[in-house]
Amino acid sequence: MIETQPGTTNGASGSSWHPGLRESYLYDRNVIAEIQRAAREGIYDIRGFGAKRYVPHFDDLLFLGASISRYPLEGYRERCGTDVVLGTRFAKRPLELKIPVTIAGMSFGALSAPAKEALGRGATEVGTSTTTGDGGMTDEERLHSETLVYQLLPSRYGMNPDDLRRADAIEIVVGQGAKPGGGGMLLGHKISDRVAQMRDLPKGIDQRSACRHPDWTGPDDLEIKIHELREITEWEKPIFVKVGATRTYYDVQLAVKAGADVIVLDGMQGGTAATQDVFIEHVGIPTLPATRRAVDALQELDMHRKVHLVVSGGIRTGADVAKALALGADAVSIGTAALIAMGDNSPEYEEQYRQIGSSAGFYDDWHAGRDPVGISTQEDELAARFDPVLGGRKIANYLRVLTLEAQTLARACGHTHVHNLEPEDMVALTIEAAAMARVPLAGTDWIPGL
Amino acid sequence: MATETEVRTDVEVVDLASTPLRELNRRLHAVHGDPSAPRSWRVLNPNGAHAVACGLDAEIEVEIEGHVGYYCAGMNKLASVRVHGNAGTGVAENLMSGTVVVHGSASQSAGATGRGGLLVVQGDAAARCGISMKGIDIVVRGSIGHMSAFMAQRGCLVVAGDAGDALGDSIYEARLYLRGSVAALGADCVEKELRDEHVAELTALLGRAGFDDLDPADFRRYGSARQLYNFKIDNAGAY
Repeated sequence: MIETQPGTTNGASGSSWHPGLRESYLYDRNVIAEIQRAAREGIYDIRGFGAKRYVPHFDDLLFLGASISRYPLEGYRERCGTDVVLGTRFAKRPLELKIPVTIAGMSFGALSAPAKEALGRGATEVGTSTTTGDGGMTDEERLHSETLVYQLLPSRYGMNPDDLRRADAIEIVVGQGAKPGGGGMLLGHKISDRVAQMRDLPKGIDQRSACRHPDWTGPDDLEIKIHELREITEWEKPIFVKVGATRTYYDVQLAVKAGADVIVLDGMQGGTAATQDVFIEHVGIPTLPATRRAVDALQELDMHRKVHLVVSGGIRTGADVAKALALGADAVSIGTAALIAMGDNSPEYEEQYRQIGSSAGFYDDWHAGRDPVGISTQEDELAARFDPVLGGRKIANYLRVLTLEAQTLARACGHTHVHNLEPEDMVALTIEAAAMARVPLAGTDWIPGL
Repeated sequence: MATETEVRTDVEVVDLASTPLRELNRRLHAVHGDPSAPRSWRVLNPNGAHAVACGLDAEIEVEIEGHVGYYCAGMNKLASVRVHGNAGTGVAENLMSGTVVVHGSASQSAGATGRGGLLVVQGDAAARCGISMKGIDIVVRGSIGHMSAFMAQRGCLVVAGDAGDALGDSIYEARLYLRGSVAALGADCVEKELRDEHVAELTALLGRAGFDDLDPADFRRYGSARQLYNFKIDNAGAY
C-alpha cells in the first residue's frame, strides 16, 4: 500500500536521512514500496479507509461571521434548530431526525456485530438514523436503532421483504464514493459462519459483490424498481438513492426522475471496508464540487428541499457539516469518522497495531479482519474487545459535538436554523475551491467561471 | 359470509382495468394474518402492469389472466402465482418461497436473487435468468439468454432448451442442469458429472414443474470449478 511510515513524511526526513540525500517526488518511498509490493505479490493493493491524497475539501472554505451587515445570534442562548425531515416527497412516513448528521451504510461483515450495535445505540441516543450495509440487517442492529435505513444493493445479500417492512427507509445503492462503478468486496478471512449464512455464500471465499443491480439498468428501470419497493411496503418508507460522486449533475436529475425521495451523494473521500487502492484514489470527484453540482441539479428541477440531499465523504467536524448544509445539503452522513470516534486508529492500541505491521493513525487494513480495536473484524476474540455500550456513548458524544459545532457556526452567521446557512455565508481560500463551490475567493468578489 | 374459522373457497376477482394496482396489492397483502380473507384470487386485464402481486406473504393462489410487466410476484413468500401470459423483467425477483409459474415467456432477470421457492417458465427466459440466485429453483421449458446464472450462489437452474453466452459466469454453489447446447460457459463454470443424486434432484424438479415428459438423463450438469473463490494472480486472466 502507499503509506507514509510512522514518524516520517513524504519528504526527505526520517532517521536515515542526511543532507545530500534527495528523494524523488515522482518515485518517493511509498511509490517504491508499492511497486515492489506489486512485483512481489502479483495483485493490486486492497485496503480500507478512504482516499488519502489531498483534494479540495470543505477546509478550503471559510464562513463570514456576522458583523454590521448581518447580526449574529447569542451563542449559548438563542435557539438554532437542527431538526430535519427526510423523504416527504412520496413516503407516508418520512424520517424525522433531531440532527442533520446520520450514520452511513456499513455492513455487518465489514464491521463486527458489537460495532454495528454501537452505531445504532449512538444514533438512537441523539435522535438520528443509522444504515445497514452490504450483508443484510442483523437483529442487534434493528433492536438498537430507532431509525434504521435498509440498503438494497446490487448483491442483494440477505435481502428479504420482512426486513424491508421493518426498516424505516430503503436506500437503493447505485454506487459509493470510494468506488463509483465498482462492487463490494469482502475477503475470505472475514466470511465467518454467520456472515456466510447471511449472504448464502461458502465460508472463507473472497466475496465479490456485483457492481450493477441484477434486475434493473438505467433510470427508466430504476423508476419501476422504486415503484415495486413502494408497493411491497405500502408506500410508507422513504426511498433513498445513493450515488458515488462522478457525473453528479446528471445522476441527481435522473434519480429525481426515477422517483427518489432522498438522494445520498457520496464524494470520493468516502470510506470503504475493502477496495482496490487504485480505485479509491483515482475514481470519482471530491465531495465539495459534487455537493454544488447536486444542488444545481435539484434547483434546476425546482426540487431542492423537495427531494432531500444527504452528503457524505470526508465529514469530520461540525465545520464540515455546516459547510455542506450551507451549500444546500439537507443532512450529512458519516462513516469513517464514526469508526474513528469508536476508537479506530486510537494511539491506545499502538502496540497491537505495530504487531500487525501498522501504526495508530495509519491503519487501513480494514479488509484483513485483524483490527485490534474489534471494529472491522469478524474474529470473536477481537470483537469481544469492543464494548458496544461505550462505543455507542462515544458515537453519541461525537454526534453531539458535530451538531454543537454546526450550530455555533450557524449562530455566528446569524441563523436560527442550521438549514438557513447559505453559500453567501462563505468564501474560499483557493481558486479551485472557489470555482467548485461557486463562492468568492476570500477578500474578492471573484468567483472563477462566472 | 365467511367466519374466522372457515377457509374461503370462492374466487376473488379483481379487474385491473377498473381497479388501481395499489388497491390490488393492498388487498393481497392484507391476507397475511387474516384467515377469513379470500385464498383464491383472479386478476383480469393486467395489460403489462408492473409490480403485480408483489410482496405477498400468505398461502394463497393468484391467477393472472394476461401479460405482466416488471417484477411480478417480486419478493413473494408462500403464495402461488400463475401468469397466463408473458412476464416482463424480474419476474419472481428475490422470491422467498412459494411458486410462480409463467405460462408464456419471461424477460430478463427472471428469478433474480431469489432465495427460495420455485419459478417455472413454460416458454423461454431472456438474459440473466437466475442472476445471483440464492436458493430459488428455476425450471425453464424453453431456452435462456446470455449471462444466465451469473454469480449464482445457491439453488438449481434447469433448462430444457439452450443457454446463451457466458452461462454461470463467476458461479458459486448453484447447480445448473441443461438439456440443450450452451453458447459458452462463463468464467469458472464447468461441466460436471451427472451422478445419481443429481438425477434424483432433477427428476424431482421436473416433476414439481409439471415437466414429467422430460428425461433427466438427457441433461448435463454444470457448476463451479471453485478456482476463483480466492484471489490468485495466476487467475487474473479469468476475471
